[in-house]
Amino acid sequence: MSKELEPLSDPGLPEHIHRKADIDPIAAKRAERQVAILFSLSAVGTLLFIYSFFFVNEDLFIFIPIMGSTNAQQLGIGIGMAASLLFIGFGAVHWAKTLMPDQEVIAERDELKSEQSDRDEFVKSAKAGAESAGLGRRPLIKRSLAAAAGLAGLPAVLLLRDLGPLPGNSLNETSWKSGTRLVTDPGDRPIRPSDLEVGAVAQVMPELAPGKKRTLENIAKDAVLLIRLRPSEFQLDAERFSWTYEGIIAFSKICSHMGCAVALYEQSTKHLLCPCHQSTFDVTRAAKVIFGPAARPLPQLAITVDADGFLIAKQPFTEAVGPSFWERKS
Amino acid sequence: MKFISKYRKHRFARPLLLLFSLCALGFTFSVATAAPSSNSMAADARSTLIEEGQQIFLKGCSSCHGLNAEGAGVGPSLIGVGAASVDFQVATGRMPMQDMSQQAMRKAPVYDEEEVAALAAYVASLAPGPRAYTNEEIKWERDGNTAEGGELFRNNCAMCHNFAGQGGALTQGKYAPTVMGVEPRHIYEAMITGPQAMPVFSDKTITPAEKLSIIKWIKSAESEPSLGGAPLGRVGPVTEGLLVWTLGLGLLIGIAVWLTAKSR
Amino acid sequence: MTARERIAGNVANYVDERTGAAAWLKKNLNKVFPDHWSFMLGEIALYSFIILLLSGTFLTFWFDPSMRHVVYEGSYQPLKDVEMSAAYASTLHISFDVRGGLLMRQIHHWAALIFVAAIVVHLLRVFFTGAFRKPREFNWILGVALLTLAIVEGFLGYSLPDDLLSGTGIRIAHAIIQSIPVVGTYLSFFAFGGAFPGEVFIPRIYIVHVLLLPGIFLALITVHLMLVWYQKHTQYPGPGRTEKNVVGYPLMPVYMAKAGGFFFIVFGITAFLGAVASINPLWLYGPYTPGQISAGSQPDWYMGWLDGLVRMSPPLETYLFGKTISWNILIPGLIIPGIIFTGMALYPFIESWITGDKREHHLLDRPRNVPNRTALGAMSLTFMVIAMINGGNDIIATHFDLTINQIMWFSRIGIIVLPPLAFVITKRICLSLQRKDRELVLHGRETGRLVMLPHGEFIEVHEELSPAKKFALTQHEQPAAIELVKEDARGVLNPKGIRAKIQARLSSANAENIAKPTAAEVKELESGHH
Repeated sequence: MSKELEPLSDPGLPEHIHRKADIDPIAAKRAERQVAILFSLSAVGTLLFIYSFFFVNEDLFIFIPIMGSTNAQQLGIGIGMAASLLFIGFGAVHWAKTLMPDQEVIAERDELKSEQSDRDEFVKSAKAGAESAGLGRRPLIKRSLAAAAGLAGLPAVLLLRDLGPLPGNSLNETSWKSGTRLVTDPGDRPIRPSDLEVGAVAQVMPELAPGKKRTLENIAKDAVLLIRLRPSEFQLDAERFSWTYEGIIAFSKICSHMGCAVALYEQSTKHLLCPCHQSTFDVTRAAKVIFGPAARPLPQLAITVDADGFLIAKQPFTEAVGPSFWERKS
Repeated sequence: MKFISKYRKHRFARPLLLLFSLCALGFTFSVATAAPSSNSMAADARSTLIEEGQQIFLKGCSSCHGLNAEGAGVGPSLIGVGAASVDFQVATGRMPMQDMSQQAMRKAPVYDEEEVAALAAYVASLAPGPRAYTNEEIKWERDGNTAEGGELFRNNCAMCHNFAGQGGALTQGKYAPTVMGVEPRHIYEAMITGPQAMPVFSDKTITPAEKLSIIKWIKSAESEPSLGGAPLGRVGPVTEGLLVWTLGLGLLIGIAVWLTAKSR
Repeated sequence: MTARERIAGNVANYVDERTGAAAWLKKNLNKVFPDHWSFMLGEIALYSFIILLLSGTFLTFWFDPSMRHVVYEGSYQPLKDVEMSAAYASTLHISFDVRGGLLMRQIHHWAALIFVAAIVVHLLRVFFTGAFRKPREFNWILGVALLTLAIVEGFLGYSLPDDLLSGTGIRIAHAIIQSIPVVGTYLSFFAFGGAFPGEVFIPRIYIVHVLLLPGIFLALITVHLMLVWYQKHTQYPGPGRTEKNVVGYPLMPVYMAKAGGFFFIVFGITAFLGAVASINPLWLYGPYTPGQISAGSQPDWYMGWLDGLVRMSPPLETYLFGKTISWNILIPGLIIPGIIFTGMALYPFIESWITGDKREHHLLDRPRNVPNRTALGAMSLTFMVIAMINGGNDIIATHFDLTINQIMWFSRIGIIVLPPLAFVITKRICLSLQRKDRELVLHGRETGRLVMLPHGEFIEVHEELSPAKKFALTQHEQPAAIELVKEDARGVLNPKGIRAKIQARLSSANAENIAKPTAAEVKELESGHH
């Protein structure tokens, strides 16, 4: 380094200053005692752990400020364990700091680079090795090896094929068919329009065939939110309006953004909010996105009533529910 | 008394006094809100009650809700909202509103239980609507099922009120309030009336028995002790992350500084 | 020789005859480590990892990574008879029916949060002090890889218990996979064994979480530490410290006692957190079903920035030629993180290209002396913090009386405007600090003592710095910018063209510094009025 860059010369390591414990035997003795006390505190922590583990009732709760009513056993073994570990650490560090040598030492760095002669020799032997294998002279071997090695990776990929079935058309399908009854979830009770007051919501599922069980995969696509407004509050086109029934409108509860359950219905504003990423949908305008990252409205389910007066789906969903995917028809 | 005056200039005197007065204030409020409600009323007393309610209404509510509760620019019509709505809104202190902010807040009620009952009777007399309940009628301890209530709560309530009933954010500054420490009857009335942004949960989609289960679950969550230590507000990973970056890393880095500092 | 010494000697002899370890140990027991608190940050991460291995092993004794449906019969009453997956039920079992189980679960989770946080602060230390420069570029890349893996590993752990919150996280991960153009749908069906949520995902990520990733971690951490060992630690500049030496304490005994003690301290602090603060109270979340959700569904903090980016994304989706592309998921969920992590991994090479500096560096930079790098770091941090804030916008809204819409718009605009602002401000601050250093060297420290001169003028007495201090403030290099060679002496245009131009521009911005005092200036002062 030039003098220009370093205007001042390096004064070198400052002189070593002795600690109290280095020169004063009383201070050294005191430090020794302190370390011993810290280690003993660790033992006390272990005892607290053992005591809490065996002798504190699992159902005992004690009041601790900030924490509230707290399980005594959990707290006892936790604090015991923390103390038994912490004080070993504090003791060891205090020992190192006060009693072990604290003179800084200087170690030289070796250059990381290998000696030039070693390097030359390595290059030479590597070259010689390649030469004798004749890779350079026999391009056929080189190319066919490269091709074979590349292909050999394929089985590894192919072996993963049976991780799952192919999607097929399944993402476009739900359990909703024309005429499927809407039933409450949980409870599985069919619903009449009169069951819902204006301003009411209900989470519904398609009625199950007898003996069938609802799987999580079903719920992940079938969950529907039913909302009742005054029919005059809708701003829908004629077709979408015909999908409602006496002010009752049904949307997929699965967010069109990332599939969370959208269910934060604000009766006062007629907005639906998704708690995951705050996409906001306007119920009166067929769940049009008015805020947030979602790009599509929630799919609307066409509903009507059957002969018994229960709400049914008029037809299946006309689009795929849930988050977007490459093959989705928009 | 000498003891008190002797220490009145002590450096802890002011904070202690503040603490004491806060406690006293809290106690007064809790007594006020917990005052027992009179439940049964004779039929002939009803008309005088309605009269009384109308008087209170004209004084305290009509400026926003109109002279005949038909609604005005600021306040909605109260015709047909029923006694349940009045009991929920007024007895939880939400009405009358202090200012026209986003949303009426729960606060110490302005009217006592009798005045609330009178107001409720008046509004109920305008048009039929859901009736008010008393805490004694809501037999959640007897008829509710905690586990079932939990499932219903997660299905219908947790999306706004959070998994532990701590409340959550809605759009444009509206929020779902915490359901902790709410009177059972007010929880029940909120479900059947759908106050403010909250939708209505009809008796047919969530039966009265199921509503009691929800209340039972809420009460169970409310009284649940801190099983794993300080609950950190029960709002999920945000406060946990905050604690790691402040207390956790703070302690560790502090110790690292001590560890590498030269001792004398 | 006492009996004990003789036995020890025999054992040592036995081992050395079979391994030849004595020669290696002789050299390495005296290995020197420089002492500074910021050199302990990586150790926090290392120790958290060991804590994670220990506590995680404990948890595997009871955890059942199965999505099979069971009915809960354990001791937590509010979930009695509720249908749930075996994974969730066994997590409840660990929490309530295994003594110390809840404590270990909480220790494991707190340790995971501390692990990633420690990696991040360690990375920041390495970045701002320039410790990534030659010869340590490989180790920097390993560090970036470890951070990435730690985030993935953490997310998998968060997903395992199959509670409502973790299921929501998986749901979002599923949507990100599904949004990948062309192959997304197939990938998601392979990963989940069919439609979401299926019954195989948790068993699969379990084996990745407890075997595959920890194995990779062990290998990478070993290499990371071996390189530190072999290349020797960097050190802060100061008197006696040069590029050719390393000043500190020998491994045996001081460093061993301190490092060993620190392990117990980190474990102790984690246990303390596990004892006093609840984390992931999943019994309140309930079992996962896709039809349910909780307000304030957040990921753990290290994914918070990603969630924040997804939240603030504009609603962009294209439908072209019959194919749908969800830019609103792809950009914040995959493209921006990809750019950030790739850029981070490549940064040592980018910087050395800009400065043209290909020499080895073992002395660390003071952040102020490299204003551009420091400003770039502040800029990236600002970006991350804003994204993180938006990730918790709902909690912030309810606790600070704001609206989620305000916070969202603040973040959307802020994430574009504030990082460059942070760059400019940080650079100015660095230059001011350089100016202050220069003043200190040339005029000494202000003592606050006022002295009246004979003719009545008041002056403040300045105290000259010690030679050690002066040296520390002036030892750094101030590299000149790379000159742009438009054409060489024979008039041939520079073949690098635009690349050379960019390099020259960046280099000149990088070289913007307050000139440190020259030797002449210092000398003049010394011979002057003092």
